[in-house]
Amino acid sequence: MNPASALVVRDLSISFDSRHGSITAIDSISFQLAKGEILGIVGESGAGKSLTGNALIGLLQGPGRIAGGEILLDGQRIDNLPPEDQRKIRGKRIGAIFQDPLTSLDPLMSVGDQLVETIRTHLPLTATAARGRAMDLLAEVGIADPAKRFGQYPHQFSGGMRQRIVIALAIAAEPEVIVADEPTTALDVSIQAQILALLRRLARDRGTAIMLVTHDMGVIAEIADRVAVMYAGRLVEIGPVDEVLRAARHPYAAGLMGLIPSLARREARLPQIAGSMPRPGHWPQGCSFHPRCAQAGPRCSAEVPVLASVAASTVACHLFSGGTALPKGT
Amino acid sequence: MITLVLRRLGSVLLVMLIVAGLSFLIFNYLGDPVNNILGVNATLDERDELRRTLGLDQPSYIQFWHFLERAVVGDFGISYRNRVPVLELILSRLPATVELVVCATILALGVGIPMGVYCALRPKGFFSRLLQIIALIGISIPQFLIGMLLILIFSVELRWLSAFGRGDVVQFGWWSTGLLTETGRMALIMPVLTLAVFQISMIMRLVQGEMQEVMRADFIKFARARGLSDRSVHLRHALRNSLLPVVTVVGMQIGSLIAFAIVCEAVFQWPGLGLLILQAIEYADFPVMAAYLALVGFGFAMINLTVDMIYLFIDPRMRRK
Ligand SMILES: Nc1ncnc2c1ncn2[C@@H]1O[C@H](COP(=O)(O)OP(=O)(O)OP(=O)(O)O)[C@@H](O)[C@H]1O
Ligand SMILES: [Mg+2]
Repeated sequence: MNPASALVVRDLSISFDSRHGSITAIDSISFQLAKGEILGIVGESGAGKSLTGNALIGLLQGPGRIAGGEILLDGQRIDNLPPEDQRKIRGKRIGAIFQDPLTSLDPLMSVGDQLVETIRTHLPLTATAARGRAMDLLAEVGIADPAKRFGQYPHQFSGGMRQRIVIALAIAAEPEVIVADEPTTALDVSIQAQILALLRRLARDRGTAIMLVTHDMGVIAEIADRVAVMYAGRLVEIGPVDEVLRAARHPYAAGLMGLIPSLARREARLPQIAGSMPRPGHWPQGCSFHPRCAQAGPRCSAEVPVLASVAASTVACHLFSGGTALPKGT
Repeated sequence: MITLVLRRLGSVLLVMLIVAGLSFLIFNYLGDPVNNILGVNATLDERDELRRTLGLDQPSYIQFWHFLERAVVGDFGISYRNRVPVLELILSRLPATVELVVCATILALGVGIPMGVYCALRPKGFFSRLLQIIALIGISIPQFLIGMLLILIFSVELRWLSAFGRGDVVQFGWWSTGLLTETGRMALIMPVLTLAVFQISMIMRLVQGEMQEVMRADFIKFARARGLSDRSVHLRHALRNSLLPVVTVVGMQIGSLIAFAIVCEAVFQWPGLGLLILQAIEYADFPVMAAYLALVGFGFAMINLTVDMIYLFIDPRMRRK
C-alpha cells in the first residue's frame, strides 16, 4: 500500500436487500486515492458511481448496504465504525459535493449560518471565530464581498455561486478527501471551468484527494490525474488519465474513449455503445460486458476477469490475462 | 416587501367590503326590521314613519353607506332578542371562545408537532403505526361524541369536572378570563380536549407528510454529508422546512374554530360565540347574525394577514423585493 494514500477502498461490495433476496450492485471494487490526487470515475448511468461515492461518505441509503470489503481513511478502517463516529468523519475528514447546487442548500437558512453551523459542528470555535472562518471560506471559493454575502439566502445566488458555497461547506473543516458526484453537470460550460479550476486548486494547495464522478470526458481530461472506468458495478480499468484516454485497454473503456472525436470538445458526453448495460440483478455470467463485446470469447461468459496490470494501468479483461479461450481442462 | 404588504391589505379591504355587503343584505332584507320593532299590528302610517327614521326609504347604496359608517365604529344595532347593542353582546362572548380555541391550539401544536416529527422519522415503527391509527380515529370521530364521552367519564362516572359553563371568571375591562381561577381552569379541560383531538390528529398527519417529503430533499442529504448531528438535520433543517403549510392550516383552523366552535360550545354550554350564533339563528336575530358575519370576515382576513407575515418571517424567498 502506498504510504501517501489518503483513502483506500479494498474489495468493496454493495448490495440491496429485498424480499426476493439480496442483489449485488457493486462487486468487489478496489482503488486508492493519493493525497492531492484527483481520481475521475466514469461509466454509464447506473454503473454504480454514486453508490460508491455514498458508501465512502457513509450515506448509503435505504436497503443498500456494504456487503463486503473495507474502506480505509489514512490507514484507519472507517466502514465498520458506529454511525455516530461515521457522522463525525463526514464533513470533517471526508467532504461531499453533489450534482445540483440549486437544491443542496437549505433555502430557509442564510449561507453564512449554514457555514457557521458546519464549522462549529466539527471545530471547537467560538461563534465569532467561526464567523471569521466562514468569511475566509467564502473568499477562498471566490465569492466577492463575503461580509455582504454572509447573511444572504441561497436563492440570492446564481447556480455557479451556489456550487462555490457548497464547496466552501465541503471544505469547511479541511477534509482529507472530497467526494464530488457530478459537481459540474448542472452548470453551464463557462461556470464549469471555474468550478473545476477551484477543485484543482484545492487538490494542489491543500493536498485534498478528490474522487470526481462525471459523465463528461472533457472534465476528466482537464483535471483528473487518474481515471477509473466502471461498468455494471465493477471496475474495469483504472490508470493514469493520459494512458486511459489515449490507449484504453478494456474494450468497454476503449469504446468509450474511441467514440470521442476530440478531447477539445468539452461537451462530449459518454457516447453510446451498441446494446445497454444490465441492471443489478441481471448481470450475465462471467464478464458483464461480454454480450456487448466484439472481442469476447468463450472464457468471457464463464469467468469474471480480475484486475491485472497492463503497462501503467490496471485492467479487468481476459484479453490481457491469458486470453479469451477457455483454459484447457475445463 | 412593502408593496407585498400593501397588496395584501388591499385584498383584505376588498374581502371586507364583500363580507360587509353580505352582512348588509342579511341585516336589511332578511326579515323586516319594521315588523320586528313595531310588531305586526302597527298601522301603515306608523310603519312609514319608522321606515323614514330608520332611513329605509332611501336608495340601497345610501343605506349601504350608512351601514358601513356605523359598522366601522362598531355600531351594528340592537339585538332583537337581548335588547342590548350587538357589539356589546359579541364582545362579552368573545373571550370565552378565544380562550378555548387558543388553549386547544397550543395543546394541539405542542402535542401534534412532536408526534408528527416522530412518525416522520420512524414511519415503520410500531409506536408510530399506533399513533397514525389514533390520529385517523381522531380525525374521523365527531366532536360531540368526544365531548359526550369526556362528560360521561369525568363528570358522570368520576365526578371530577363540571360538565357545563366556564367556572369562575376574572374581569379585565371587557375581557373575562377563566385562566386565573381554579374552577375556570378545570372548566376549560374538557372543552379544550374536545376541540384539540381533531387538531392534534390533523397537525400530526400534516407534519408527518410534509416532513417525510422534505427528508427526501437534496439539502437534507447534503446536511448529513456536512456531518451535522441528526438532531440538527431533523429539527433545524427538515422540520423548519415542513412548517410553512402547518402555519397556513393552523391559521385557518384558529379562524374557523373561533367562528364555529358551535358543537363543542353546545355540548358544554360554553358561553362563547358559537352558542351566541346558535341562539341568534334560532330567534332570527338578524342584527346579531349580520354583525357576526362581518366580524368573522374581519377575523379571517386578519388571521390571513398574520399568516402571510409569518411566511415572510420564515421564508426568505418570499421577501424578494
Ligand atoms: N434503493 C435501490 N434499490 C435497488 N437498486 C438501486 C437502489 N438505488 C440504486 N440502485 C441501483 O444501483 C445502480 C447504481 O446506481 P448509481 O446511482 O450508483 O448509478 P450512477 O453510476 O451514479 O448513475 P448516474 O450516472 O445515472 O448517476 C443502478 O442500477 C440503480 O438502479
Ligand atoms: Mg449518480
